[in-house]
Amino acid sequence: MNAQGGPAPLLQVQGVTLQYRTEKHLVTATYRVSFDVYGADRFVLLGPSGCGKSTLLKAVGGYMAPTEGSMRLKGAPIRGPGADRVFVFQEFDQLLPWKTVKQNVTFALESSRKLSGKAAEMQAMRYIEKVNLAKFADSYPHTLSGGMKQRVAIARALAMEPDVLLMDEPFAALDALTRRRMQEELLELWNGTRFTMLFVTHSIPEAVLLGNRILLMSPHPGQVKGELNSDGGDPVDAASGRKLSERIHEMLFADRIEEQEVVRHG
Amino acid sequence: MADARVREARSLPQTAAQKPVPPLRPEYLRDVVADGDIGVAQQPLTLWQRLANQSWLRKLTILVVIAVAWEAYARALNNPLLVPTFSATVEALAAGFASGELPQKVANSVILLLKGYGIGLGLAMVLTALAMMSRIGNDLLETLTSGFNPLPAIALLPLALIWFGLGDISIIFVLVHSVLWAVALNTHSGFRSVSTTLRMVGRNYGLKGPRFIAKILIPAAFPSILTGLKIGWAFAWRTLIAAELVFGVSSGKGGLGWYIYENKNMLDIPAVFAGLLTVILIGLIVENLIFRNIEAMTVRRWGMQS
Repeated sequence: MNAQGGPAPLLQVQGVTLQYRTEKHLVTATYRVSFDVYGADRFVLLGPSGCGKSTLLKAVGGYMAPTEGSMRLKGAPIRGPGADRVFVFQEFDQLLPWKTVKQNVTFALESSRKLSGKAAEMQAMRYIEKVNLAKFADSYPHTLSGGMKQRVAIARALAMEPDVLLMDEPFAALDALTRRRMQEELLELWNGTRFTMLFVTHSIPEAVLLGNRILLMSPHPGQVKGELNSDGGDPVDAASGRKLSERIHEMLFADRIEEQEVVRHG
Repeated sequence: MADARVREARSLPQTAAQKPVPPLRPEYLRDVVADGDIGVAQQPLTLWQRLANQSWLRKLTILVVIAVAWEAYARALNNPLLVPTFSATVEALAAGFASGELPQKVANSVILLLKGYGIGLGLAMVLTALAMMSRIGNDLLETLTSGFNPLPAIALLPLALIWFGLGDISIIFVLVHSVLWAVALNTHSGFRSVSTTLRMVGRNYGLKGPRFIAKILIPAAFPSILTGLKIGWAFAWRTLIAAELVFGVSSGKGGLGWYIYENKNMLDIPAVFAGLLTVILIGLIVENLIFRNIEAMTVRRWGMQS
């Protein structure tokens, strides 16, 4: 409980600046980004490529330390990767090719010393059933389609029952029809278990459909442009008379016009 | 109705009218056949096709052709001191096995080889693990492999004989040298090509240090490691035979290399060929039975190699 008497945020990101070094430059990926994620949030980081949203997610995952600002999970500062924040990546190769579907899930539970033996296996099967892959529990990943691989990755992450699920454009490499179905399935899963997720995407329709809270980011370096609420139905805003997706589109598009003007005048 | 639409499309402005317009076709919908109603559409392969699909059969054919060519050439040459016939070689081979001399030599060689190979693999594992865990370990491995890998193991034999004397230890020393660098180099390059995503997955689930190497890096780099093991095996085998040819009596028993050398001295050329054939046969067995099966059970089963 915080001062206002409401629930305390699960994940607090305050004034985070992220920088990484390339061969020749020091690149600032995000500049003083702040946001709070509460329990059972479907929190979407939305922005064009180059706005540092994936870098931000990696930082929350503990893979890089901020040069400025702080990140706290349940009040404790984030130090390094941990099994309380589980990643689902965009790449299909996130599954271990030398393990079957079931072994991939039990591997996660056993490596993190969360569960072992029979208990791990039962937990694994429970979540594999949730993503409708029970028939393929003993298949190797290379025999599965892209969408099935991502479902396994989601099952593996959910089986860990993490504090927050970090999803880095998990559906971006899928075809449009599969992506659509996966989005619906993810919402159903959320309805069932009410996990907290931080979801990175550059697709406005995906953000509007999946998020209950959308953080808009501007590029070069990534900065917060605002936070919007979404009910998944792309509602029309009473004040402006426009759909949510149209408002987001304008806000992200406005940048590009300004940039062009700067170039012309410069 | 359709005609009207076609006319509409054709009556576009003049410039558009000259461009080709695709014909307007009627739409249609149909029911698809239910899944169970379609029989499995497959045709059995002919006997010839099935035989031609067997890799061992194809390889056996190659060996038979070589044996026939050898026999024909040796008979035409008719000089058993230079090239004995295939049948004479097989006879010598059978005699060698029957007398128990050849199996004894093979056993001597293989035991020595396995000792050297095993120690070499162990050291390679330690070196690459160090290389993955620290920068200085990485530098150490890179410097050592670039320096020692091109150095032929047999060139160290004279030195080894001074250091360790005429015994198994000298030969094991050169064997370790021949295995270590090839395996370490391949394993290290395999480790380094493991995808960032897999590394992040491993760390996400709390794997660090030796557990990370054992559970993520080694299986993910297994295709490269297997290549290293194969190259190491071939290097070791060659080095062993060469070392035995030079100082085969080291421990008083002698191995296959010594068998070849001894029989050459006695001008028993079919036995020399029998010794060479045994070397080749062991190579074929190790490659086709052992390594092929390891491949089938691992990298090909995991879809990491086709």
